[in-house]
Amino acid sequence: MIELQKKIRIGVYICHCGLNIGGVVNIDHLIEFVKTLPFVSVARQYKFFCSEVGQNMIAADIEDNLVNRVVVAACSPRMHEPTFRQVLISAGLNPYYFVQANIREHATWVHMYDPNGATRIAKDHLRMQIGKAAELKALYPQKVKVLPSSLVIGAGISGINSAIELATQGYQVYLVERDLTIGGHMAQLDKTFPTMDCSACILTPKMVEISRNPKVKILSYSEVEKIDGYVGNFQVTIRQKAHYVDQEKCTGCGACVQYCPVSVGNEFDLGMTSRKAIYIPFPQAVPAKYTIDIKHCINCGICARSDVCEPDAIKIDDEDKIIEINVGTIIVTTGYDVINPRYLHNYGYGKYENVIDGLQMERLLNSTGPTLGKPVRPSDSKAPHSIAWIQCVGSRDNRAGRHSYCSRVCCLYAIKQARQYKEKHPEADIYIFYIDIRAFGKGYEEFYESAARDYRIKFIRGRVSELAEDPDDKSIIIRGEDTLLGQLLEIQVDMVVLSVGLECRHDAEQLSALLTIQCSADGFFLEAHPKLRPVDSLTEGIFIGGAAQGPKDIPDAVAQAKAAAASAASLMAQKEIEVEPYFSFVQNGLCSGCRSCIEQCPFGAITFNTSINKAEINSIKCKGCGTCVSTCPSNAIIQNHFSKPQLMAIIKAVLGEV
Amino acid sequence: MANEVIDQPENHPDIDTAVDCVFEPFILGIFCNWCTYTGCDQAGTSRMQRPANLRVMRVMCSGRVEPAMVLKALKSGADGILIGACHIGDCHYVSGNHKTVRRIPLISKFIKQFGIDPNRIWLRHISASEGVELTEIVHEYVNILKKIGPNSFKKKK
Ligand SMILES: Cc1cc2nc3c(=O)[nH]c(=O)nc-3n(C[C@H](O)[C@H](O)[C@H](O)COP(=O)(O)OP(=O)(O)OC[C@H]3O[C@@H](n4cnc5c(N)ncnc54)[C@H](O)[C@@H]3O)c2cc1C
Ligand code: FES
Repeated sequence: MIELQKKIRIGVYICHCGLNIGGVVNIDHLIEFVKTLPFVSVARQYKFFCSEVGQNMIAADIEDNLVNRVVVAACSPRMHEPTFRQVLISAGLNPYYFVQANIREHATWVHMYDPNGATRIAKDHLRMQIGKAAELKALYPQKVKVLPSSLVIGAGISGINSAIELATQGYQVYLVERDLTIGGHMAQLDKTFPTMDCSACILTPKMVEISRNPKVKILSYSEVEKIDGYVGNFQVTIRQKAHYVDQEKCTGCGACVQYCPVSVGNEFDLGMTSRKAIYIPFPQAVPAKYTIDIKHCINCGICARSDVCEPDAIKIDDEDKIIEINVGTIIVTTGYDVINPRYLHNYGYGKYENVIDGLQMERLLNSTGPTLGKPVRPSDSKAPHSIAWIQCVGSRDNRAGRHSYCSRVCCLYAIKQARQYKEKHPEADIYIFYIDIRAFGKGYEEFYESAARDYRIKFIRGRVSELAEDPDDKSIIIRGEDTLLGQLLEIQVDMVVLSVGLECRHDAEQLSALLTIQCSADGFFLEAHPKLRPVDSLTEGIFIGGAAQGPKDIPDAVAQAKAAAASAASLMAQKEIEVEPYFSFVQNGLCSGCRSCIEQCPFGAITFNTSINKAEINSIKCKGCGTCVSTCPSNAIIQNHFSKPQLMAIIKAVLGEV
Repeated sequence: MANEVIDQPENHPDIDTAVDCVFEPFILGIFCNWCTYTGCDQAGTSRMQRPANLRVMRVMCSGRVEPAMVLKALKSGADGILIGACHIGDCHYVSGNHKTVRRIPLISKFIKQFGIDPNRIWLRHISASEGVELTEIVHEYVNILKKIGPNSFKKKK
C-alpha cells in the first residue's frame, strides 16, 4: 500500500551489449530521448548491464530511492528478465516492477545496416515499455508443490540413462516405451565407434539394471495419450497396448514359437529375417515376455493349448490398459527415425537388390543378425568383393524431401562398418564417397585416419549422381565425380551401402502438441536456449534429451540425457517451486455472471459460484494465457502483468492519445 | 479529406509509386510469448534483416489479444497490426489460438464496414523456429501497407 502512494520514478538503463546495440544506434541520443518521457527519473547507459557492475548500478539507484520502476533496454526478456528481476529483489523492490525493452533481437540485429530504422524501433520499444512500467503492479509468485516423480518418454540409450540417474537419486520414474522392448536404436547396432566396443555388451547390462531397479516402472508397448496439469504436477494418461499374453504369467520360455504357423518379417532385423506371430523382438529384449501380433495372428489357438503354454499365459481377449499417473517432471527422449532412401530416386533403393542402407548393414554385421555377422549381398547371398558407402544420403542436401543439416553420425558409422568388413575380408575393395568427413568427437579423427592408413579404405571426395544396376550380375555401377582429381568417374561394385541420415520421429509434431512443447525447423524438439538451456523445453518442467533434440552419437546423447535428468532432479529437489503470477482473477463487483469465460478456459480453472452468481478462477489451475480476459464483456477479469490498462498503456505510449 | 480513398488501393493504380518513398508504415506486432515472440528473437539471433517497421508487444498467448486493443491501435493511427500466434495445435495453452482464429476475422469484418481495409489486421501463425517466415511476412506486409497507404486516423504531425 505504501508503495502505491509513492510517486512513480522510472529508471531506464540502456545497455550497449558491446557493439551489438551500441555499434548500431546512438545511445547518447536514446538517453536524451527517454529523459523527455513521463515518470523517467534516471537514464543511464553501460556496456553490459547484465554484468555485476551493471547490475550494481541498477541496485544502487533503487537503494538510493532514485527509482522504483526499472526498464532495461537490452536483449530479449526471454534471455535476461530473470537476471534483472533478481537485482530488484536484492535491492528490496518487488521484481514485477521490472520490464525489459528488446532493442537487440528486435531492433539492432535485424536492422544492422539501417541505423535510423533501428533507432526508430528502439525508441518505440523504449516508449512502449516505459509506458507499461508506469502501470506495473507488485506481484507475488505462487508456490506449487513438485511431486518427486518423473515420466521419461522413450527408452533408448538416452531414456535409460535419464531414468537411471533419477532413480539413483531416489525419484520414482515411469519409463514409457512404444516398442515391445527398451533399448532403442542402439540395440540394433553391432559395434560402436570410435572404441569399437560391442553395442550389446554395453547396452544390455543397462537394460537389465533398469528393469531390476525398484524405483523404475517400465511401461513398454505403451504410449502417452494425454497430459494435463503443469510443472510439479502433470497428470498423465498412458495407453498400454494389449499383449494378448499375460505378462505376469509368461515366463519367456519361448515354447510357443515353434508351434506358431504364421511367419512375418521381423521389424528388428528390418524385414531381413522372419518371426512368428507370437514373438519377442530379440533374445535380450527387456521385458523378455512374449506378445501376439494380433494383426497377423490367424487365431488358430495352438499356442493357447496347455501342452504348449504350460503357465497358461495366452490371453486372446486381452485389452488395452489405461494407466494414469501423476508426475512432477517429464523428460522426452524419443530419439530419431532413419531417413527412408526409397524416396531418393537416384539411388535406386528398393529397386536394386544390392543397394541397402546403413542400418541394414549394421544388422548384417551383427553376430545376432540375419547373417550371423557375415554380411552377404542380397541378390546371391555371397560375400561381396567390393562395397561402396555413399555419404550424406538425405542429409546436407537442399533439394525437396531431404535435409539441409548434417546428421553427425553417418561419417563415423560408415567408417566403422567399412573397417569391420575389411577386418573380415582384408582383400575386399572398399570405397567411401563423401562430401567431407566430419570426425569431430574425441578419438574420431584418429579413427578416420587409421581407416585410410591401416585399413586401406579408399576415400573419394564427391557426391554420387546416380546408381545403376548391371543386369548380368546385379552389381552396382556408381557414376559421380572425384572432385579432388576433377574427374568424372564410374566404378562397379558388388554392393552399395547408403549412409542414411537421421530425421525427427515421424510423429514428433503430434507429441509436441500433446506436451505443448515446440519443434525447430528441422522437426526435432526445440530447446529453450541453444547454449544456456540446451535440455529444457520452453514448457517448464519438461526436458528433452538425446537424439530427440537433434542428430547425435551415443556419447552426446547420453551426456544430454544425463543433463536432462540433472535438470529435472534439481527442480524436484526443491519440493516447492515458484511459478509466474501471471494468473487471472475476477473482479467480483464487475462480473455480470454471463459465464462466457467458463468454456474459454482450456484448463477448467474457471467455475461458477451459484451462491453469488459470479465466476471464480482457481489461480493454481490457471496457467495465465489471458484468453478469458479478452472474452469477458464486462471487463471483469484481470490478468496479472498483462492487464488491460498495462497493454493499453503500451499502445498509448507508442501511438499517442486518440 | 483525400485520405478516405487511399484505403482502396484499386482506385489508385499508381499509388505504390506515389507513396513508396515517403511513407513508412507503422506495424504493431502483438506476439504470443511461446511461438511468435520466440521466433522473432530467433530472427534477431540469426541476423535476418527486415525493414524497420515492426514494433513488438508481447502477450503470453494470442488468445489474450482483445478486440479493444486492436481497435485502439487502429484508432491511434497504427497502419497495420500483425498478430502472431502459434500454429494450430501448438498453442502453449492448448487452444488459445483457436479462439484467436475465430475472433480476429470478426474484427476484420467489422472494420471493413467502417471503410477500413481489412488488411490492416493480419493474423499469422509463426512458430518459435520460423524466423525466416516472420521476416518474409514483414517484408510482404510492409509492401502491402505501402500500397494501401497511411491510416487515415493518423494524427497530422
Ligand atoms: C546405422 C547407424 C549406426 C550408428 N552407429 C553408432 C555408433 O557406432 N556409435 C555411436 O555413438 N552412435 C551411433 N549411431 C547413433 C545412435 O544410434 C544414436 O546416438 C542413439 O541411438 C540415440 O539414442 P536415443 O535414445 O536418443 O534414441 P533412440 O535410440 O532412437 O531411442 C528412442 C526410443 O524412444 C522410443 N519412442 C519413440 N517415440 C516414442 C513415443 N512417442 N512414445 C514412447 N516411446 C517412443 C523408441 O521406440 C526408442 O526405443 C548410429 C546410428 C545409425 C543410424
Ligand atoms: S501460446 Fe501461442 S497462441 Fe497460445
